[in-house]
Amino acid sequence: MAQPLLQVEDLRTQFFTTRGVVHAVDGVTFHVDAGETLGVVGESGCGKTMTALSILRLLPDPGKIMSGRILFRGKDVTKMTDEEIRDFRGNDVAMIFQDPMTSLNPVTRIGSQIEEAMTAHERFTETLARGRVIELLKRVRVPAAESRVKDYPHQFSGGMRQRAMIAMGLSNEPDLLIADEPTTALDVTVQAQIIQLMKQLNRELNTAMMLITHNMALVASLCQRIIVMYAGRIVEEGPVEQIFKSPQHPYTWSLLRSVPRVDEARKDRLVSIKGLPPDLSHSPPGCKFHPRCPFVIDKCKDEPEPPLGEVATNQVARCWVLMRNVKQDDIDAAKQSALSKEAAEKLKAPTAELGGTIGG
Amino acid sequence: MAISEGRSGRGALLPLRMSQLAGSRGGSLAIFVGKRILWMVPIVFFVILITFVLMHLAPGSPWDRTGGRQLSQAVMNNLNIKYGLDKPETEQFKLYLWNVIHFDFGLSYQYEGKSVVTLIGGGWPYTATIGFLAFLLIVPVGISLGVVAALRQNTRVDYITMGFATFAASFPNFVIGALMVVVFSVVLYKATDGNFFLPSADFGLDSHLIMPVITLSLLPIAYTARLTRASTLDTIRQDFVRTAWAKGLPERLVVIRHILKNSLIPVVTTLGPTFAFLVTGSVIVETVFNIPGIGRAFVVAVSSRDYPMILGTTVLFSVIIAVANLVVDVAYVFIDPRVRLT
Repeated sequence: MAQPLLQVEDLRTQFFTTRGVVHAVDGVTFHVDAGETLGVVGESGCGKTMTALSILRLLPDPGKIMSGRILFRGKDVTKMTDEEIRDFRGNDVAMIFQDPMTSLNPVTRIGSQIEEAMTAHERFTETLARGRVIELLKRVRVPAAESRVKDYPHQFSGGMRQRAMIAMGLSNEPDLLIADEPTTALDVTVQAQIIQLMKQLNRELNTAMMLITHNMALVASLCQRIIVMYAGRIVEEGPVEQIFKSPQHPYTWSLLRSVPRVDEARKDRLVSIKGLPPDLSHSPPGCKFHPRCPFVIDKCKDEPEPPLGEVATNQVARCWVLMRNVKQDDIDAAKQSALSKEAAEKLKAPTAELGGTIGG
Repeated sequence: MAISEGRSGRGALLPLRMSQLAGSRGGSLAIFVGKRILWMVPIVFFVILITFVLMHLAPGSPWDRTGGRQLSQAVMNNLNIKYGLDKPETEQFKLYLWNVIHFDFGLSYQYEGKSVVTLIGGGWPYTATIGFLAFLLIVPVGISLGVVAALRQNTRVDYITMGFATFAASFPNFVIGALMVVVFSVVLYKATDGNFFLPSADFGLDSHLIMPVITLSLLPIAYTARLTRASTLDTIRQDFVRTAWAKGLPERLVVIRHILKNSLIPVVTTLGPTFAFLVTGSVIVETVFNIPGIGRAFVVAVSSRDYPMILGTTVLFSVIIAVANLVVDVAYVFIDPRVRLT
């Protein structure tokens, strides 16, 4: 067995707030192979971003990695010295952030910001780095790259800024690129371009990617493997096609059911997941998803949380029930009940709003 | 006919030149500065107008004597005639403006035969020197205290720095000034064999400056430190600072290139007014340390209704404030690329 590029073992990241300890990442184990694209999905606040920030040790105050190991090429990131972690960031693992509007320094030229990402490490000399900036911007298809290196971020559109961020991330040819919701802040046409670009770069440079998102379409088009997170835990993991075709955890199923599809006839209504994700300082006992789960049984509440069990080849899920054991009638009922109150009201609300706007 | 042709020719050329100028950044900056300097003319006019009206509305006249012997009516009439105060106010105002245009700010009423320009020229160098030195002290000290406090937030360094700032901001000037005189010039007088800086009858631009400069600086240092700290703390939490860390930049570069370059922008804004405040003088500091500066001269002029002196100093102050603000606005162009000149 070859060693994976990144191996995260039983990672626990906690935030010590005045309201109690928040278990943002609660015993997460996964790996990323070289050249692979891994999707990490889940609702907001389920610990996806904190897992990524833990890998780079960039947790905001008062967050702390409490236990677990993060092995990159066999070396434990949590035990690195300040200088080692500095050289590791951006060089071995680079990260792209969600909001390109605020992720670039507004008073520094785009070119210099990309250049300093390279000169911070010893791989490129200053002259070499300067020459590479234009090349990188061309690679991420920034038009007129020669003149735009001198621009400031406010002279770039959102999509262009995200391209610049990607160029910055790739500038040191890292082995792993973590992209935290790279398309969420962009409009749809630009999203498609960025996805296309990332796909191509992954193919050409063989950079492994860890894509954090709640956009299922993005996962489907980019990733080979997928991790579903809920309340700081991994609840399901497996190859993308398999999970999309037969999700076994009710949470994964609900996530997939809540995405509209254009290519299929609209025989099914969208399903919304009732309620909110749990407060991570007081998670429920038993399976953490049971208060919101449409297929909940007594075992889910009474017994401790189920382990991640193998449900198919390469696919694991953390559930007592599993979707393949749920009767079709119950599934239909779940779709109906999800629609009955909340979805029905949601359907009404925009209409009323629209009427108001037109009337006014 | 020839003249009108010439005018139309010039009129056609002018916009062309303006547009050429506006094409370059340096050119548009020159136009911006030029416009702002022209704007100072109406500003100074209104300052004069308002001061003039208020001055004449205030009760009392330049020839009142508090206590002692009052001047006789005949003498007062003669003085009024001599200084043109017998004329109607509108007439006086027009005359004053006319003189100001010719850089004649009139004669002081208090000091026989001395012009306002001479008096200001005699006092302002002291005030300006103290103010300027204080500014040179405030900028590095205030900013570095604020930055250090922010980078070491909620540590002892932060608490000590901010404690000092609160202390410096809460003690009035005259208390600190008097306290320093007591400590350094009285208690330490023997220890230093009398060589230590003393406030003396004849104030000179030498070691006499140390105590007034420190007294004048404390409050602005406290303000600058607090503002810098707040602004730096705000910047530290910005996304682009996280990006800088994620690139693997060393701490020094993250702080200088990413944090400070952004967090000092609001600080620069306040430095303009601070500078203006400093070089226009502080009555208290000048009184405590017996400095023959303009701040004290202004207050004396107001209480003795020395109209030309009041107007002269007010004009000087308004020009200083306008110029300081202009300098800040120009500085903005260089430190923040998002600022556009219009």
